Amino acid sequence: MSKYMVNLKINNTPIQVEEGTTILDAAKRLNFKIPTLCNHPDLSVAGNCRVCVVEVKGARLLAASCATPVSEGMEVNTNSEKVRIARKHIVELLLSEHNVDCTKCFKNGNCELQELSAEYRFGDHIFMDLVKDRDKVRDISSPSISRDASKCIRCQRCVRTCDELQSVSALAVINKGDHQIISTFMNKPINDVVCTNCGQCINRCPTGALYERNYIEDVWHAIYDPNKFVVVETAPATRVALGEDLGIATGTRVTGKMVSALRKMGFNKVLDTDFTADLTIMEEGTELLTRLKRALVDKDETVKLPMMTSCSPGWVKYQEHMYPELIDNLSSCKSPQQMFGALAKTYYADKINIKAENMVVVSIMPCTAKKFECNRSEMRDSGFKDVDYVLTTRELAMMIKQAGIEFDKLEDETYDSILGESTGAAVIFGTTGGVMEAALRTAYEIITGNEVPFTNLNIKPVRGMEGVKEASIKIKNTKPEWSFLEGVELNVAVAHGLANAKVLMESVKSGKSNYHFIEVMGCPGGCIGGGGQPIPTSAEIRKRRAEAIYAEDMGKPIRKSHENPEVTEVYKEYLTHPLGHKSHELLHTHYKVRKRY
Amino acid sequence: MEQKQLKKIDIIFGWDEKCTPIQVVEKTIKKTPEGIILDMIDSGLKGRGGAGFPTGLKWKFCRNEEADAKYVICNADEGEPGTFKDREILDKVPEKIFAGMTICGFVIGAVEGYVYVRGEYNFMLNMLQQKIDIFNKQLHDMKVDFHIYLRSGSGAYVCGEESALFESMEGKRGEPRNKPPYPTVAGYNGKPTVINNVETLVYTSEICRMGPEQFKALGTKDSRGSKVFSVSGDTPIAGIYELELGMPLKDFVDEFGDGDTKAIQVGGASGHCVPRKKFNDTIIGFEGIPTGGSMMIFNSSRSMYNVLHDYLEFFTEESCGQCTPCRIGCQQLLKGIEAVKKGQRPPTYLDDLKRLTATMKIAAKCGLGQSVANPFTSIVDNFREEIIY
Repeated sequence: MSKYMVNLKINNTPIQVEEGTTILDAAKRLNFKIPTLCNHPDLSVAGNCRVCVVEVKGARLLAASCATPVSEGMEVNTNSEKVRIARKHIVELLLSEHNVDCTKCFKNGNCELQELSAEYRFGDHIFMDLVKDRDKVRDISSPSISRDASKCIRCQRCVRTCDELQSVSALAVINKGDHQIISTFMNKPINDVVCTNCGQCINRCPTGALYERNYIEDVWHAIYDPNKFVVVETAPATRVALGEDLGIATGTRVTGKMVSALRKMGFNKVLDTDFTADLTIMEEGTELLTRLKRALVDKDETVKLPMMTSCSPGWVKYQEHMYPELIDNLSSCKSPQQMFGALAKTYYADKINIKAENMVVVSIMPCTAKKFECNRSEMRDSGFKDVDYVLTTRELAMMIKQAGIEFDKLEDETYDSILGESTGAAVIFGTTGGVMEAALRTAYEIITGNEVPFTNLNIKPVRGMEGVKEASIKIKNTKPEWSFLEGVELNVAVAHGLANAKVLMESVKSGKSNYHFIEVMGCPGGCIGGGGQPIPTSAEIRKRRAEAIYAEDMGKPIRKSHENPEVTEVYKEYLTHPLGHKSHELLHTHYKVRKRY
Repeated sequence: MEQKQLKKIDIIFGWDEKCTPIQVVEKTIKKTPEGIILDMIDSGLKGRGGAGFPTGLKWKFCRNEEADAKYVICNADEGEPGTFKDREILDKVPEKIFAGMTICGFVIGAVEGYVYVRGEYNFMLNMLQQKIDIFNKQLHDMKVDFHIYLRSGSGAYVCGEESALFESMEGKRGEPRNKPPYPTVAGYNGKPTVINNVETLVYTSEICRMGPEQFKALGTKDSRGSKVFSVSGDTPIAGIYELELGMPLKDFVDEFGDGDTKAIQVGGASGHCVPRKKFNDTIIGFEGIPTGGSMMIFNSSRSMYNVLHDYLEFFTEESCGQCTPCRIGCQQLLKGIEAVKKGQRPPTYLDDLKRLTATMKIAAKCGLGQSVANPFTSIVDNFREEIIY
């Protein structure tokens, strides 16, 4: 159905837009900037901050431009005297309720309220300070997410994120009037509620009310400690986003510069989580094939299918809270981060002749849930905490700035070896559908000896930003030992963002689906949209990061995990074979049933 | 300006044995919906909740919407401080409300109606449910396809705001929605909905009973008919009175005051304060000061600072908290007058606060935040010295 076109004037400039367009969007097209706070492109319209009010000729009230659709003949003024006074009042009111210790704030310099107040240059605040001492007590219960209620402006972006994008609702609006706050169930510490630590709320918080628990000082301390050997691993998705926080255009790959910067900062070895992503494919792919064999050949009814990926710690914790009946469907494989830590403090420490207790493993992640994951009690199979500190992409950018490194001028460098080599299949772990695609590239070839039947190995059906993606691959011409899979239609599904995962899980629970393998990433877009990535985020930004990921894949000489020579070497020297004894000891884990409240 | 003398009326609580509410329904649904709408428009009936939207137009807009479901909702979330007339109507003549709802349902094409009663009136729920059951049975026997349900609120003042009321009915946090869309387009469950005040619905059924002329004969050009008032405060005869609209406030004070009336707060906490010197030129009606029915009378023993302070405390607590001007604005007004009183801010700070109320009036999301300016400016302007000293 074609939409009607509506004619209106904004600041005396005529414009024609489709019916249903908001005043805000219409103004944007004319390059009139209207400030917003509660509005976010990923979320439903709230219209509660009122910063975006505009004057509509003939109307008694100012209109919230984000929530008001245009109408025929409308005459809008985005900067009338009434608007200016109201907007100034509103920002000033927000400041009166906001703990304005900006210079000490973790979000200093990246705060939408700070930006807006800088525009208005208030001078002395006329209103009374309403910040309650109670709210100044920060919630640092979680290893991932910190909350500072005194910075909260009640825009409810976090609430909508947690509900609409993630179906978790760990954060909600509580009380009313002057007692209204954004908090958790029964005001419990965030670590004691259903929070999955995904950090999507942080990505959308306009102020410093939500931010990652940061470990910057701990990591510097380890680097400066002469007795410590500090190894750093970098996740696939950080290399396509780090530049955004360092003045480089969105969607630029900065892998080489990042390696160089890490070395300059003083890390002893710069290694790659991508290596263990390839290793994950070997373990998880073999696990899938084993489960299929037990189900199809041995007719073992205890085998849980569909198998589900376990790389995303936000997703894993979601599953533990929300679908405990399905936790055995999760692959027993640890995430690449944790496989790395376990190998680093055993095999690698031995190899380079460093005592594991003197080794510090730092991982650079697009993720806040990884901070929680490295603190899980299961993640100590090396005999030590396998991964000591997790830094987000944002924290790394801060450290690079602190170190005085001019990032854009750095020459590209390459990772150290061993545990530094990776394939294109590992890189695409960073975006939704990537683990699935990498697994299929390898599994199909193990079964048939042939490459997956897709042009350039690009398995298009599992790519893209659709919430739930499905694909089927018919297995043909199997090798003799896999003949039980001959003619089998392998059904897979991919979801990103926990609200989409919920859709998939409900379908699995109802028994209507016939999937064999499901990939879930906790964050919208997968790790490229992770809770530790540079702020802001939007569908457009995530799309460009994903394009960079696929470009990185295409640029790699090796694009299948089982062809990674270092992976082969590690199996030969240490692990023997996938799902072998050592693998079970170091690379696999188990899950906990958690309550919802 | 056209004026009426104070005159007590007995429409709302009167009972016509020859034409009971269910008989009004029976008689009215023989007409066409368009005919009923014309009668409503002709009668000049405006909403009695306070905002005063023409009832006939509201029904017409909703009738014109195409949808698979529509609803009629009776707003009995009577939360305005100083208002208690709906309680009496619910208690004494609930059948008249049900009749109005049924007629509205017939007009707009709705088969479900809901009475949303404020949480504090829960003591009435059993009685109301029994009467609803009887009425539903009568409708069923008459083969009228309309069913009335009862819903209870949980005590938030803001849920009297129509869109917050829908949210509450849908099981969500009671917070006002963005408008447009208006309820007649997307109300309860996103469907076209007519939401009318208790008293309005009774008048609709009474207009159907007696015809629009008799109603129209009362009141003034802009304020047709009569209205039920909740009279409280410094008066020897507090209570509920149905009066013809359009009288000067002077007449009202003469009738109800205690001889020492200093000010009247017309329309509850969110209404306007009228000082003695303006009693003569203030008309009670939509052309003067409209009211949802609350008339609070203050004599010279009362401190207007305390009155305003109470109102602001009320709004500070009852703001839903979602929008900035209302949540923070109310707190600033309250803290602000306290600071002026204590001498921590100069008297001119009251003018800063008045400018703030001007912003709240045009930028708050719903009527709650928008109307805080009414008591604030009218009390500060007329009793400035009482606020400062």
